[in-house]
Amino acid sequence: MDLRLLEVSPTGAERAAVDGLLGPPASGWDGGERRTGATGNVARGGHRARARRDQLLPVLLAVQERVGWISPGALNYACQRLTVPPADAYGVASFYALLSLEPRPSRVVHVCDDLACRCSGSGALIAELEDRLGPEGAVAEDGGTASAWFRSPCLGQCDRAPAALLTIAGDEPEEHVLAPARGALPGLEGAAVDPVARVPQQGEPGLRLLRRVGRVDPRSLDDYRAHGGYAALRRACELGPEGVIRELVESKLLGRGGAAFPTGRKWDAVARQPARPHYLVCNADESEPGTFKDRVIMEGDPFALVEAMTIAAYATGCAHGYIYLRGEYPQARGLLEHAIAEARRRGYLGEDIVGHGFAFDLEIRRGAGAYICGEETAIFNSIEGFRGEPRNKPPFPVDEGLFGKPTVVNNVETLVNVLDIVLEGGSAYAQIGTDASTGTKLFCVSGHVERPGVYEVPFGSTLGEMLSLAGGVRGGRSLQAVLLGGAAGGFVRPDELDLPLSFEGARAASVTLGSGVVLAFDDTVDLPRMLMRIAAFFRDESCGQCVPCRVGTVRQEEALARLLGGRGRGDELALIAEVGRCMRDASICGLGQTASGAIESAIGRLGVFAGKG
Amino acid sequence: MGEMQHLTARRMVDLEIDGEPVRVLEGSTILDACRGLGIDTPTLCYGETLRPANVCRVCVVELEGARVLAPACSRKVEPGMKVRTDSERVRHSRKLVLELLSSSVDLSTTPAAAGYLERYGAEPERHGPPAPADPGRDRRRAGHHEEPDGQTAATAASPIKIDNELYVRDYSKCILCYKCVDVCGEQHQNTFAIAVAGRGFDARISTEYVAPLPESACVYCGNCIAVCPTGALMFTSEHELRAEGVWDEARQERTDTICPYCGVGCNLTLHVQDNRIVKVTSPDDHDITRGNLCVKGRFGVQHVNARGR
Ligand SMILES: Cc1cc2nc3c(=O)[nH]c(=O)nc-3n(C[C@H](O)[C@H](O)[C@H](O)COP(=O)(O)O)c2cc1C
Ligand code: SF4
Ligand code: SF4
Ligand code: SF4
Ligand code: FES
Ligand code: FES
Repeated sequence: MDLRLLEVSPTGAERAAVDGLLGPPASGWDGGERRTGATGNVARGGHRARARRDQLLPVLLAVQERVGWISPGALNYACQRLTVPPADAYGVASFYALLSLEPRPSRVVHVCDDLACRCSGSGALIAELEDRLGPEGAVAEDGGTASAWFRSPCLGQCDRAPAALLTIAGDEPEEHVLAPARGALPGLEGAAVDPVARVPQQGEPGLRLLRRVGRVDPRSLDDYRAHGGYAALRRACELGPEGVIRELVESKLLGRGGAAFPTGRKWDAVARQPARPHYLVCNADESEPGTFKDRVIMEGDPFALVEAMTIAAYATGCAHGYIYLRGEYPQARGLLEHAIAEARRRGYLGEDIVGHGFAFDLEIRRGAGAYICGEETAIFNSIEGFRGEPRNKPPFPVDEGLFGKPTVVNNVETLVNVLDIVLEGGSAYAQIGTDASTGTKLFCVSGHVERPGVYEVPFGSTLGEMLSLAGGVRGGRSLQAVLLGGAAGGFVRPDELDLPLSFEGARAASVTLGSGVVLAFDDTVDLPRMLMRIAAFFRDESCGQCVPCRVGTVRQEEALARLLGGRGRGDELALIAEVGRCMRDASICGLGQTASGAIESAIGRLGVFAGKG
Repeated sequence: MGEMQHLTARRMVDLEIDGEPVRVLEGSTILDACRGLGIDTPTLCYGETLRPANVCRVCVVELEGARVLAPACSRKVEPGMKVRTDSERVRHSRKLVLELLSSSVDLSTTPAAAGYLERYGAEPERHGPPAPADPGRDRRRAGHHEEPDGQTAATAASPIKIDNELYVRDYSKCILCYKCVDVCGEQHQNTFAIAVAGRGFDARISTEYVAPLPESACVYCGNCIAVCPTGALMFTSEHELRAEGVWDEARQERTDTICPYCGVGCNLTLHVQDNRIVKVTSPDDHDITRGNLCVKGRFGVQHVNARGR
């Protein structure tokens, strides 16, 4: 491929950001000098440079962080270094909400205006920002620093709503989560979040996945070991790869990322694949509105994830693993990076893991603001340096996944379950929960409850019990509805609180547990407005590949807008149902297939808009 | 020899389409099998010379036992598959896909569109009057949009791009089939002048930073024009004749010839109207070119006569 580059050069800071990640350029064509002339800038990239295509997103993020936006000069330089055509790279960069292709001020506040934060004052926060910085996206001088603010979908901090993410570009880029962000604004930089992950049930007996959260020092491998860490890896090595998979199959563990696929079957399929290498991907993209459980594990017990991934790699024959972490989780990133480095230093990752003769290493890949990248094949495209568009299935990831190789993709919570399964055996694990949904489940309880947070309960507890654990409806008000499973889930009524929270219980009631979201709305909530927010979310987050979802999400939002504005044409409800059916049946991936679920459930189950349309 | 043949011979697969038993080569798609039976399947993003992008979803069929519909153009046949191509479920999704497209994109120069819309009873008007062109569409940010009031139906409409002498780009007509990007990129041309940019409804075909074509990597091979199913990419000659209201395919003569410019010997089909070459194509089924040409073959002959105008 002849690469035609632009006639623009990077600034010193841009070059430094790219070289900081890729190392200094080695030869003329990859960035030392450029040949110019009649043919324009033509660089001939070798195989080696092209093989680094997967560094494209990390490089773009590095530039964004350092400079605040991605200029033509910076993009061009990245393209030159990686042998990626500029149009192609532009297509990738423009896919991600956290990357800007137009100048942005160095200080940017991303304010969550999603469901849970709307229950806890995000409206007032946005009003305050408008007051201080002007309308969304406008550049304002604020205390001597050029600043702007943008609305953001759920930031995964719903238990500390309202949330904001503050980014400050520069040679030493800063990222701070402000949660709760109320009143935090006058000092902007000052108000970072509590560095210690806390869960409401902390210290209670019976906790399994949350056992160590808030009790163990997340920065200390020794403390992790003192709390039982790395016993499971030892046990796994005694069991051998097949033994681990046998226990996993017996445990009947189902994936916690939303699709509830049997983990043992997935691992077995990859372990049996003759093609090499195998890859392991931990899905830590956690962007389903209302979901924050994976963050709490990663911040409170990061070594547990590293150990669990090591066991997964051992069982399925993966030499390399990735944690695909959503871009808005700076704290989790810092702690995981530290945990990985510590584990490597102490021989828990690397060539000959604690003398057991197997090799495994792992790295973090950051997302850049795209919910769709949590879809199990979009995540591969994103890691490989392409637009995060889902792939058509089949082929399935166990056959052709990351870089076209057999790949295990699992959610953070799924993986952490493996530790206890290995330690106590699959059949003992299967005693917990219900017959079909074994083990415990993390629920992300937020909205109008007294004590929002992550709660761990055995499968089969009821929705009512869940809400009671969280102290019931805030201020003793009455419950209007619960959003179960997230924006991709559905609503249930206050008279359905005896719903058993298990996969089969949810299925029987035609709802889904999804990623474990339990978002409570009290009687003051304007539900139609919440539906508009959900519709806007899917419209924004659709990758745009397929017609049903790309246009269907827009038509759905428009029909809702007419109903909300009282200017309907009388056919809105039918239209929503018909578009919804096409999205469910004909979309490529789960995003389009579930995008109308919550809205249709609010109409059908709650009777929102009854008598209209 | 016999053994070789045995190893490479593909097996036959038996399946059932609309109740009829069919036997096709392993590796065939459901679309291939449907064609064998004479079942007419609508397609928009499918291209004979490209790998299926399977994004438009107008070709979806129902598979017994499957949760969702499958794209006929890319799904491979499997033994025992039971396919329905005209069930109520299939008709519903095809109808809605056509409605959604037609309400958001100008399909007036998509030859197949009118027939499909009629066949499936699509009613694009019910989604509202189309919103006007947005000059800012190319710069929309991923993950943000203005809240609609629902009184108009959002469209892909944006100002037409006329930035070179050879062809125009009217993305108001673009259904985002990915064909131009695939043909310009790794599947044929290896130029990578264009890509899909943006996300969701704001996704669009773009050069880097929306650069005009003359500043981009484009080499004017015109292969993207050849694969574009909608007329979003159009020869300037055709665009101008259409604007004058005198474009008339019925009056056009097609002459097959060999490109005079180099030794490769690509087949050219000259489309001539009123003694003017108005368009140059190349047959899809040609072994070497597979519908593709270079700038000389595609535009050279035309240019000669344009200068003579
Ligand atoms: C639009 C979309 C977003 C998703 N986001 C996530 C996510 O952030 N984290 C996750 O674990 N799974 C997510 N999933 C589910 C994954 O596709 C996949 O099923 C899961 O990672 C498999 O892991 P598990 O078997 O451990 O659940 C998403 C699915 C879709 C369709
Ligand atoms: S369903 Fe939506 S998100 Fe999924 S591939 Fe289609 S357009 Fe993309
Ligand atoms: S004319 Fe050729 S090089 Fe230019 S965009 Fe089209 S396919 Fe690419
Ligand atoms: S311009 Fe034409 S070929 Fe390209 S995506 Fe649009 S409709 Fe398809
Ligand atoms: S952080 Fe605001 S809704 Fe989740
Ligand atoms: S023709 Fe099959 S999806 Fe477009």
